Amino acid sequence: MRTLIVLLLASLTSTFALAGVRIEHWIAPSGAKVYFVETRVLPILDVQIDFPAGGVYVPAAKAGLAGLTQGLLEAGAGDLDEEQIAGRLVDIGARLGGGADSDRASVSLRTLASAMERDAALGLMRAVLSAPTFPQSVLERERGRTIASIREAETRPDAIAGKRFAAAIYPDHSYGVSPTVDSVGTITREDLVAFHRQHYGAQGAIVSIIGDVSRAEAEAIAQRLTEALPAGGGNLVPPAVKKPLRGTIKIAHPAAQSHIHIGLPAIRRSDADYFPLLVGNYTLGGGGFVSRLMKEVREKRGYAYSVYSYFAPRKLEGPFEIGLQTKREQVPDALKVVDEVLTDYIAKGPTPKELAAAKKNMVDGLALRMDSNAKLLGYLSAIGFYGLPLTYLDDFPAKVKAVTAEQVKAAFARHVKAENLVTVIVAAD
Amino acid sequence: MRELGILTEALLAPSRKPMKPLLAASVVLAFAVSPAPTFANPFETKLANGLRVIVKEDRRAPTAVHMVWYRAGSMDEKDGTSGVAHALEHLMFKGTKNLRSGEFNKRVAEAGGRDNAFTSRDYTAYFQIVPKAALPEMMQLEADRMANLTLDAKEFAAEIKVVMEERRLRTDDNPHALVHEALNSLVFQAHPYRRPIIGWMDDLEHMTWQDAREWYRQWYAPNNAYVVVVGDVDHREVFRLAQKYYGPHKPHALPERKPQNEPEQVGIRRVSVKAPAKLPYLSMAWKAPKLRDVQKDRDPYALDVLATVLDGHDASRFAKNLVRGSRVAQSAGAGYDPTLRGEASFILDGQPAEGKTIAELEAALRAEIKRVQDEGVSAEELNRVKIQSVAAQVYKRDSLMAQAMEIGGAEAVGQSWRDIDTLLEKIKSVTAEEVQAVAKKYFKDDTLSIAVLDPQPVDQSKPKKPAAAVRH
Repeated sequence: MRTLIVLLLASLTSTFALAGVRIEHWIAPSGAKVYFVETRVLPILDVQIDFPAGGVYVPAAKAGLAGLTQGLLEAGAGDLDEEQIAGRLVDIGARLGGGADSDRASVSLRTLASAMERDAALGLMRAVLSAPTFPQSVLERERGRTIASIREAETRPDAIAGKRFAAAIYPDHSYGVSPTVDSVGTITREDLVAFHRQHYGAQGAIVSIIGDVSRAEAEAIAQRLTEALPAGGGNLVPPAVKKPLRGTIKIAHPAAQSHIHIGLPAIRRSDADYFPLLVGNYTLGGGGFVSRLMKEVREKRGYAYSVYSYFAPRKLEGPFEIGLQTKREQVPDALKVVDEVLTDYIAKGPTPKELAAAKKNMVDGLALRMDSNAKLLGYLSAIGFYGLPLTYLDDFPAKVKAVTAEQVKAAFARHVKAENLVTVIVAAD
Repeated sequence: MRELGILTEALLAPSRKPMKPLLAASVVLAFAVSPAPTFANPFETKLANGLRVIVKEDRRAPTAVHMVWYRAGSMDEKDGTSGVAHALEHLMFKGTKNLRSGEFNKRVAEAGGRDNAFTSRDYTAYFQIVPKAALPEMMQLEADRMANLTLDAKEFAAEIKVVMEERRLRTDDNPHALVHEALNSLVFQAHPYRRPIIGWMDDLEHMTWQDAREWYRQWYAPNNAYVVVVGDVDHREVFRLAQKYYGPHKPHALPERKPQNEPEQVGIRRVSVKAPAKLPYLSMAWKAPKLRDVQKDRDPYALDVLATVLDGHDASRFAKNLVRGSRVAQSAGAGYDPTLRGEASFILDGQPAEGKTIAELEAALRAEIKRVQDEGVSAEELNRVKIQSVAAQVYKRDSLMAQAMEIGGAEAVGQSWRDIDTLLEKIKSVTAEEVQAVAKKYFKDDTLSIAVLDPQPVDQSKPKKPAAAVRH
């Protein structure tokens, strides 16, 4: 549970870092955008490719198509079947990963940098990206497994809360749509082929590379991975987000604890208020044990094990959310405290002391967020996918330091309006 | 863990469970191994008060991990105060003689760092990940709460409620966790591993601040602890700081630890758990040997290889045969952790695919064991285990925390970081005959315990009664 929260927070902080790390950037002959950091300390190579191929581009009737397309890339490619792909990766110690979220689909590779392993791993990655076969029989199996997990998730209070919250804050928008038994059931092989053809093109691809290779080798790798991609991609425009109306949704469930989400659609990744909200949220509920929500809800009153707030900016307005779980009979008391903390914070913003503490953590903590290749890879892909300037990371400390309490207050007032706040309570009495 | 989660049921949560990536990683780390060092690193010293300090220099980034491990976990608790090790872990973030409550987290945060802690059956550990300049302050803070914690009734009253919420979140509303808890207390009837790390709810409700204080006084001593530092540091400077901050603490005698060995199991045991869910879930645990002698033992290494052949990677037998091939399983896993203070089990678990039954899944899991008993494993499979082990060791060097966990995990069970390379060599030395032999030797019904989840419809009208495990 807490793992999920950490991941969500990571999406918010994914642009911390890289000061002092040299990022090289170019456009491959294929049209793909490439971001590269050479680091020779460890004999490893990490590569990630991101495509504008997330759930936002899928009609509600086919919800689940983005995830299934990404998930089935390894189900067969070229003349290899899924067992051959899995076996060959294992034989060279390489790991292929990735996933699809609302905005993007990703495929990532970690391999030993030695020539034989690297070459074989990149060959497999190229094949699954460019020539997936989407075998009918594997599709049927994975459709069945997906449907089984959806049915299972429908019994779990945390999963129900997450889905209902997304649906409530994104009415009539694909950000609010979750895969259903029906929607997944209608997905055909033709859907996968078409979605891949349209969304996995080199024009929209972001290639991030970090590790034990030279610039020349990285250029060759980027081109090799993207030259055979389908023609589609490029200027995809998702539909606009509408703000929801204030309200509370209660869902019955027999759990001992109620799961509570409070929030609304807030900002795009490109929003000018990004830094004031990032810094401001640290004090509200992003800073772990030093945040106001944690102090008031958990430390003082023992109402919850986990309580947090975050902004998760996306291409379009990503969510702001406060979340907690508390024993069901305690819900009114806990909600009252959360409401007081939020209302007070929106009205008054952080104290000078709080603001200084937030800045100090973010600026001094920069080093922690860039101390591994795996972390840096995430930042490269975020810079690429959201079109942030290359200097953005070097500028990060200055941008954080420049935030004022007035800016925080104004940004919260603009983006966290009471009239749009939705509350979802699962296992409500 | 205070925030990320306690290392609950390490034994009963086989690695590679998608639900618990952090947990799985920790379990794997506990038996993991490292590439041959090219120079004398890590470094170790022992203070006069018995505190050992292990430092691994890694200069890739200007950061450091600081951990303190106490050799006291839930297995050291007594009936009636289950969960006190974990409750104290929470309370360690409250005030000391020198620090106000909440100040610890504040100081770490202001240094730009992150901190947390976790409790397992075998140990309790605390850590901070910080910019390297903050390391001395972290050592000072951690040394302070080793001896100067001020526990009081009021702080305890609020925090024990947090722990109960944690139990509701992780266990009471989590059907798989309920199954693990029931299986745990079925596998172990005498050994203290039978108790859940987080504690029974009734014990939490009756716990007092004096219980926590007693635990702290008994176990928190320099002679029951060790410090692990990994990062951009000079080991001589870390040794000096350790002497300065931890050195003044006086050692004291520790409570006697009785063996509490589990009597031999003679006969299969079964338990079922009812909880709101859709898919049934099955977990099977066989008694298995733990690693006692790193040099002389063979069976634990062979069992570890067997676990990897069954479920160590995407081309392993369970993924290939049960999920993709026969499609009998929605998921299937194998787990074995021989690196522990208590007693070990070999676990198989899984969910049947829609339309398949628990009985069919159990038969399929047993058939996979039988196949190894009858036909052994192939040279290709053994080779894959070796490749995976070597690659994992290289990849681990990309994470300071993973390296610190590896050292701390080995030390927690009485091994040394010096054994880490040996473990890797031993895994690589396992033969196909040895794998076949352990498959024949340890997978007998007489030492098997089975727990199943009996899914109940989600009754939306009323809260469920306290979860009950029914033996039959």
